[in-house]
This record gives sequence, C-alpha cells and structure tokens, in this order.
Amino acid sequence: MSTAGPSAGNPPSRFAPGTFAPAPGAGSRIRMLLEHARVETLLTLRHGEQLLLTVLIPIALLVALSLLDVLPGVDGAVTGSGGTGARVHEVAPGILALAVLSSAFTGQAIALGFDRKYGVLKRLAATALPRWLLVCGRMVAALVVVLIQVCLVTLVALALGWRPELSGVLPATVLLVAGTAAFGALGVLLGGALRADIVLALANVVWFVLLLAGGILLAPSAFPQGIAHVVTLVPSGALADGLRAALIDGATAWTSLAVLMVWAAAAAAVATRTTRLT
Amino acid sequence: MNEPATPSVRLADGDLPAESARDSTGDRADAATPALEITGVVKRFGTVTAVNGIGLTMRRGHLLALLGPNGAGKTTTVEVCEGHIRPDTGTVRVLGRDPLAERAALRSRIGAMPQGGGAFPGVRAEEMLRLVASCARHPLDVGWLLDTLGLRECRRTPFKRLSGGQQQRLSLACAIVGRPELVFLDEPTAGMDPQARLLVWDLLAALRADGVSILLTTHMMEEAETLADHIVIVDGGRVIADGSPRTLTASDPAVGHIRFRAKAGLDTGLLAAALPEDYLVRELTPGTYRVDGHVDPQVVSTVTAWCAQQGVLAEHLHVGGRDLEEVFLELTGRELRS
Repeated sequence: MSTAGPSAGNPPSRFAPGTFAPAPGAGSRIRMLLEHARVETLLTLRHGEQLLLTVLIPIALLVALSLLDVLPGVDGAVTGSGGTGARVHEVAPGILALAVLSSAFTGQAIALGFDRKYGVLKRLAATALPRWLLVCGRMVAALVVVLIQVCLVTLVALALGWRPELSGVLPATVLLVAGTAAFGALGVLLGGALRADIVLALANVVWFVLLLAGGILLAPSAFPQGIAHVVTLVPSGALADGLRAALIDGATAWTSLAVLMVWAAAAAAVATRTTRLT
Repeated sequence: MNEPATPSVRLADGDLPAESARDSTGDRADAATPALEITGVVKRFGTVTAVNGIGLTMRRGHLLALLGPNGAGKTTTVEVCEGHIRPDTGTVRVLGRDPLAERAALRSRIGAMPQGGGAFPGVRAEEMLRLVASCARHPLDVGWLLDTLGLRECRRTPFKRLSGGQQQRLSLACAIVGRPELVFLDEPTAGMDPQARLLVWDLLAALRADGVSILLTTHMMEEAETLADHIVIVDGGRVIADGSPRTLTASDPAVGHIRFRAKAGLDTGLLAAALPEDYLVRELTPGTYRVDGHVDPQVVSTVTAWCAQQGVLAEHLHVGGRDLEEVFLELTGRELRS
C-alpha cells in the first residue's frame, strides 16, 4: 500500500484538471425559492396518503353532507345565496376551511416531521438557501396546494348546485390566504418541534378534533353560548365562520381575519425559536 | 482596497465602498488562514461526552482524514464545524470564520455530506440534485454529475428506493455541486461497492488537486492512507495521533513483521525456538501466522525452512513495517467496540 500523496503513482484521473476548481457563491434567491417551492409542491401532490387527506376526504365529505341530511342545523334554509335551498351552501365554506386545515397544517406538520427525521433540513441548511427562504418555499408550496384544493372543491360544489355570493369571493380569498398562513405556521410549529411519529399522531388527532369541534362541520352558532365564543377564536372556527359570512352573505368578517392573523404571527414567532433541524 | 472606483458608478453615501473594502481585506486575511482550525472543543450530550477537547488544523487545499472507531466523536466534530452543533467550550474557525455567528457568509462556500440520508424520502434523485444546485451561483452541470457518479439510470427514482450506495453517491453529488472551497464528508464511502469506492477516491483526489479543502471521516485505514495529506486519529472524543500518513507509519527499524498463510495448527514453538529470543510468533487466526520483530533475509529464511520442515508451503508471505491499521489498533486497542 502506498503511503505517498494521492496523486503519486496513481493511474491518470478520469477528471480533467480544474473540473472542480472552487467557484463558491449563492444562487439567485428567486430561483432558489421557485425550485424549493416546486419540489415541495410536487412531493405533496405525489404523496398518496397526503392526497387522501387533502383532496379525497374533503370532497367525499362535501358530497355526503350536501346530499344526506346528517348535520343538525344544516337544512339549506339560508337566505341570500341564490335560494336553491340546497345544503351545499352551508357545507361548502366549511369544506374549504377543512381543505386548508388538511394541507397547510396536518400535511405540512407530518411532512416536516419526517423531513427532519431523514436529515433533509440539515442537508438544505448546508446549502446557500437561507432559513427564511426555506420557510417561504414551504409557504408558497402550501399556497399552491391550497389553490388546487380550492379549485377542485369549488368545481364539485358548483356541480352540486352551489352558487356562492360573488361579492364574497374577494374576502374569501383573503381569508384563505390568512388561513393558510395561520395553519401553515402552526404546522411548522408542531412538525418542527417533536419526533416524527409523535407529529404524525398529534397532527391527525388535531385534524379530527377541529373537524368535529373546531367550527368546521358545525358552525359556532350550533354550540352552547360560551363554547361558541371559544370556537370562533380557534383558527379553524375563525376561517370556517369567515368563509360562511363571505360566501353565504357576501360579508367581510374582519374579526375572523384578525383572529387568523394573530394565530399566524404568534405561531410563526414561537416556531422560529422551537424549530430544530433534526 | 486599491481598486480605483469606476467613474460611472456614483455612490450616494460612503457606506458601500467601506463595506466592500472591509470585505476584500477580510477575504485576503481569510486566504492566509487555515481551512479549518479548532481548539479545545468539548461537547457533552447529557452525561455522554462525545468530544473531549479535540483540536486540529487543516491547511487550505489539504485532505484531512478524521479516523477513529465508531463513537469516537467524528460526526460530532464535523457537525460542530458545520455549525449544526454549538460546542460547550472551545473555538472553531472555518475558513477563518465562526461557523455559528457567520453561518450565512460561510454556507455558500462549503459543501457537506451528512451521514445517512439527507434527502426528502419521496424526492427523485435528479430533483434533489437540481434543488441543491439551484442554491449555488456557479453549479457543476447536473446531468454530467449524475452521469459521472453513475446515477443516470436512477435519476427518476425516489430517494427512499435508491440503494445505500446510490444514496451515498447522490449525497456526495449534493455536497460538491456548488463548487465549494471546503467540503465536509462524513463517511463518504460507507455502504459503497468497491467500484464506487474507487470512483469516489478518484473524485476526491481530483477535488484536492483542484484546490478544494476536504475533511473526511472514515474508519477505513486504507481510505485515510490512500487519500489523506493529514490524518487525525480520534478515540473517546480525544485526538490520540496527528500527522501525515508517512509520519504516523514511520517504522522503527526494530519493528517489522512477516505474515503468511499455511495449514492451521502448526507448532509455532519450534519456529520461536529457531528465531532469536525477542521475536514473537503467533497464529493470529487459524492458518494465519505472524512473526513480529526485526525482519532481515536470515529471518525470512528461518521461517521458510520451518515451513519446509513442517511439510507446508507458506502462502501470501508478506514482509512489512507498520501500516496504519497497526498504528490504529495499537492506539485504540484491539477489543471490539459496540
């Protein structure tokens, strides 16, 4: 065995001299952001279980709850929404909120938990990608996925006879973005702090609890007075209530919007301190 | 900074030139500093002291092999250098900078290959490499790198379905795609087949020849001996030897050995009796014999005469001084580590 330097006496290298000459430097931020967001989006869309959670379950619930009379207080007897008397008018806004909860929170938290487990964050932290861009990339990916979900849910709801209040579309859009920010930050908070298998369990439990008791299936008004107030203050209740106000009555629910923004800011502030790379 | 200001560029205030002047002197000072300089680094995890006062210096353009048994503190040392772990005490300078406080400035200049994984489970090999390449200003050509590392066929395969060796090669590609000045490779050839290992050794030699500073961890003696300019042997979180492969294995003329294979269970007592007193004769494993002591033609002749007497042929007869493996075993002990 030779103890001489690596080049002495070795067969000629298959690499031309200068091939790896150092040329360090960070790439363009916008390219990094787009590439990162693109990969994150593709990974979500390719993931079977995620699609079940983010697309199939919301749409199945939308169809079932619109066609079957199972939810107390949802009878299609609402005013000012085209007056077709269909349950879909009351169901669709909640389902949009569920779609956001599913992808921005549950899906995001689980993906982040496992990305940490598999060393992805450590790998990306070793590139020139700054941390804030890492978060932005995930947020852009979450918004793209929410956009796709909203389009699919809307198409199915329209087919079921939904005629949303058009003047509410703009406030609804703002609420969906704020909801994605709030749930996305909460998802990062959960997924960035605990072990992957615990994240998986907790994220699903929270999803289920918020679906039943967080103002998504049942409007806060269906709860007793004191509890109803609490439900409007959780992000799912605020988002679903705000979307109902916008898409049924054409109103802008400023309180809901404020609640979502407070959640987003608070969760983001905590997450920047608690998120770990591994 | 002596560069004259371009007349067409007018600056609103004096901040910018001062800033760039500081940068450029910083870089100049930087080029004279070692690629890596750590002193007295201690890191405890609970009651376990993973690193217990490690210090080492790596010159620019050198390949330093951090060699040690499992659990010696190699990975912790590398992660301290990468800025992933804050040491309890000690100082670390990477390209003259603090890897924690000046992380942002360093990140685009270094490449890292963490141990095990380092990719989204569902990401395709090419997507992952393109993502990492997009973070660099002058990346290597992604297609060429995939071809070079034999990843062309599996470029559309999700990471979790790549073999261990393919995952390692992808991880290595990610570490070097940004044309870094300094790379940290944590057991780069673990899990690779011999062809892939030779390819990686060739690649590392080329990186070093092009002036890239490389810190690699390994527990393969041969890897350290073949590639490194400088070897640091660590055990139990401490540096126990430090030097070039040549100085570490420099043989004491009194120390040498003959190793050979023959039928198992031969009477070594007879051979020991035929040799001068200070020679040690052992059957290391059944059929592998070893004679330790100063080796000269007379001793070799005695050994072969003894074989003839036993009616056996000495196969794979090897005469040697100390190799790195012996240095390593001497220093770290021969018992198996968990």
